[in-house]
Amino acid sequence: MKSINDRSQDIGPFVSQTDDAIIICRCEEITKGEIRQAIHDGMFTVNEIRRYLRAGMGLCQGQTCGKLVKNLIARELNVIPDQLDPATSRSPMRPVEMKVLGNEEVAHV
Amino acid sequence: MSKHMSKYNDVIIIGGGIIGNATAYYLAKKGLSVTVLEASKDIGIGGSSRNGGGVRQSGRDTRELPLAMWGIKNLWPGLSEELGVDVEYTQKGNLRLGKTAVHQKILQGLTDKAVSCGLDVRMINGDEIRAINPYLSEEVTCASWCPTDGHANPLTATLGYYKKARELGVRFITEAPCFELRKIKGVIRQVVTPDAIYEADKVLVAAGFDSRKILATVGIDVPMMPLKMECLVTEAEPPMFLQMLGTADADFYGHQSKHGSFVFGGSSGFEHLNKDNGSPISSSIGASCTCRGIIKYFPALADAKIVRAWAGWLDDCADHVPVISPVEEVPGLYIACAFSGHGFGIAPAVGYNVAEMIADGHSTIDLSALRYDRFKPKQ
Ligand SMILES: Cc1cc2nc3c(=O)[nH]c(=O)nc-3n(C[C@H](O)[C@H](O)[C@H](O)COP(=O)(O)OP(=O)(O)OC[C@H]3O[C@@H](n4cnc5c(N)ncnc54)[C@H](O)[C@@H]3O)c2cc1C
Repeated sequence: MKSINDRSQDIGPFVSQTDDAIIICRCEEITKGEIRQAIHDGMFTVNEIRRYLRAGMGLCQGQTCGKLVKNLIARELNVIPDQLDPATSRSPMRPVEMKVLGNEEVAHV
Repeated sequence: MSKHMSKYNDVIIIGGGIIGNATAYYLAKKGLSVTVLEASKDIGIGGSSRNGGGVRQSGRDTRELPLAMWGIKNLWPGLSEELGVDVEYTQKGNLRLGKTAVHQKILQGLTDKAVSCGLDVRMINGDEIRAINPYLSEEVTCASWCPTDGHANPLTATLGYYKKARELGVRFITEAPCFELRKIKGVIRQVVTPDAIYEADKVLVAAGFDSRKILATVGIDVPMMPLKMECLVTEAEPPMFLQMLGTADADFYGHQSKHGSFVFGGSSGFEHLNKDNGSPISSSIGASCTCRGIIKYFPALADAKIVRAWAGWLDDCADHVPVISPVEEVPGLYIACAFSGHGFGIAPAVGYNVAEMIADGHSTIDLSALRYDRFKPKQ
C-alpha cells in the first residue's frame, strides 16, 4: 500500500508557519495556512482540498493555484508531487453565460 | 499472489461516500473499531460529491419519508457543529414548480401522499409562489411548497463526516477496491482487495451501484442500474433566494449556495443512451439543455456564467427506493445502496440508523420497508 492511501498515518502535528497568511487560491481567497490545516484534517488529494475549501473552484478553476496546492500537499505528506493527481478539469473551458450555452439557434452562413 | 492479512476490525465499510463515512462516524461514536475501504484515490468521489445538495422530504416515497423527516428534525440542524465543518444546511423550504394542468396533477398527487404521512406540504398558486420567490417567471402557475425542506453542501458534508470519523480513530484506506466478500463457517468474515484481505465480524456494503458486483460474490442481488445525471454551477451571484427548487417536469432542480453560486442539475433525456456510458463524463448537450430549462423559469439568470459542469451516477433501484438492510443469508453482512438519486438528504439519518442496526441489532427508524428481499416478480 502506498503510504498516501493510509489516511491514518502520522503526518505530525500542524505547526503554524510565518507565511501561512499568504493567499494561494486568489479566486476564492484561500490561504496557505487553511490548505495546510485541511491536509491535517485528512484531505490528502488535490480534489479533496478543492471540495473541502473551494480552493481551485473559482472563476479560473484552479488554473493558477492547482500546482501550488499540489506542492503543499506533497510537502506536508512528505511525498514527491508526481505521486499526486491534479484536480479534475471540467467543461466549459472558460465561464459562459447561460443564454449562450443554452442557445439553440444555429447561424448558417 | 500472497496477500497481506490486515488486522481485525469490528466493522469494515466498503465505500467512502457520504453513506459509508456517516455510518463510520456513528459507529466510532459507539466505540466500535471501523475500517473504510475506498476504491478510488479520493474520498467522496462518487455521487456524494456530484449531487445537487437537496435535503428534501416532499416528493419522496412513503417508505423513505420517515428517514428523511427524522434526519431533518434530529440531525441536520446540528450537523455543522457536530462535525466541526460548515455543511451549509439551509432550511428555507422547497418549491416544486409547475406550469400546466398536467404538472398541477403530478404535484397534487405527490402532495396528497406526503400529507398522509404527516408532512407539512401544500399546493400554492402563482401569486403565492412569487411572494416566496419573486424571480420566478409568470409562466409558473402552481407549486407544492414544503417549508421544512432545504439544501446543504454535499462536499463539506461528505468530507466533514470523513474528517470527524478519522479523528475518532476510523481507519480510511483509498485505492482499496473490494472485489470479493468471503464467508467463513457461514458468516461474513473477509473483504478481499488487490493488496490485502481485511477481516471483521460485520461488513457494510455502501459502494453505490458497484455494490451489485460486490454483493454478487456472496450470491445476493439488488436490482439497480447506473443512471447518469449532470449538474452545473455558476459563478458567485448576489444573494437572490434561499429555497431549494425542483419542477414537476423534472427539467431542472437546484439552489443558490452560501457562496453565491447557483448549483443546478438536469437531464437531456438521452442519459440512458449516452456513448460515454462507463465513465461519468458530462455530455455536449446536457448543460445546454439544463440552461434552457432554467432560463424559462428564471429569466433573470440568463446572464449568469457557468463555470463548471459535471456528471455523476445514480444507483437507480427497480422501485426507485433505497435498500438498507441486514442480509439473513450472510449473517454479519449489511447493505446500504440503491439510493436512486436521493441519498444525500437522508445520509445522516441513514448513517445513524445503520450504525444502530449494526451495533445494537435494531434502529430508531423502522427500516423494514427498505429490505433487500422486497423485490418480487410480477404475478
Ligand atoms: C447528479 C446527481 C444529483 C443528485 N442530487 C441529489 C440531491 O439533490 N439530493 C439527494 O438527496 N441526493 C442526490 N443525489 C444522490 C446522492 O448523491 C447519492 O444518493 C448519495 O451521494 C449516495 O451516497 P453513497 O455513499 O451511497 O454513494 P457514493 O458517493 O457513490 O459512494 C460510493 C463509494 O463507493 C466506492 N466504491 C465503489 N466500488 C467500490 C469497491 N469495489 N470497493 C471499495 N469502494 C468502492 C466509490 O468509489 C464511491 O466513493 C444525486 C446524485 C447525482 C449523481
